[in-house]
Amino acid sequence: MNWGSLQAFLDMGGYGLYVWGSYGVAALCIAIELIALKARARRLGARMTESAS
Amino acid sequence: MSLGDGSARGEWWLRYAAPQAFFPLAGRLIPYFAILAVVLALGGLYLGFFVAPTDFQQGEAYRIIFLHVPAAWMSMFLYVVMALWGVLGFVLNTRLSGMMASAIAPTGALFTFIALWSGALWGKPTWGTWWVWDARLTSELILLFLYVGFIALKASIDDPRRADRAGAVLALVGVVNVPIIYFSVQWWNTLHQGASVSLTRSPSMATTMLWGMLLMALAAWMYSIAVCLARVRVIIREREREMAWMQELGQ
Repeated sequence: MNWGSLQAFLDMGGYGLYVWGSYGVAALCIAIELIALKARARRLGARMTESAS
Repeated sequence: MSLGDGSARGEWWLRYAAPQAFFPLAGRLIPYFAILAVVLALGGLYLGFFVAPTDFQQGEAYRIIFLHVPAAWMSMFLYVVMALWGVLGFVLNTRLSGMMASAIAPTGALFTFIALWSGALWGKPTWGTWWVWDARLTSELILLFLYVGFIALKASIDDPRRADRAGAVLALVGVVNVPIIYFSVQWWNTLHQGASVSLTRSPSMATTMLWGMLLMALAAWMYSIAVCLARVRVIIREREREMAWMQELGQ
């Protein structure tokens, strides 16, 4: 175990901004990719029901 | 070459080159790859943040490595796979090949961006700069432009089969950039450090660090497979919705 407290974990030995800035933006990018893919599938579904009716 | 003959002769794998066979298969595989991605990422992050020791030179800043290196590997690997699908599309003239290449491009661009972004946030505390125009960083930026160019080129051509061929040419020409990225740290004097992991010598890092990185790399693989399969299913539905097999499937 490397961290005595949550504060120490978030601080990352003074590099918190860099470390969490990397992982946070990566997580955000992945979330955007998944949401965009879901939206693309949903748009397609809507178009298909439109053309079917 | 007719794909129907292939499956009749028992070449089962060729059957899956047809979108109507691949579509349900991809759908069945996605959950397994997604679950593996989550489990491997959790394991990798646990090793990376709670087990791997503090680096004696870089302090805690080095923990960006568990994101940066797998993302950079994936960005190069996905490009090669994308180009291979392009070649396959030329040789076999299968519809699925171009769709696979299209499905891979956004995820490749994503990993390229993550590699560049995390590299900048790692460079600032360790090198004192967000960015330098050296060989490794510049060639990785060109990789991002190649992905974006590939997506834009395909989007600009209305006929999907023509778009597939044009995209394949761009992907193939651009693939020369991948070995340039990989070997740039050996070929040129660069600020970027050399490879931490290589096939020919033992890795220059602690075992727990190495395992954390490898688990994250595997997670990136599983994520890429899951999300690309999900995207290729959407692309198949977009392109083939007028076809009889889609109508029967009720998709």
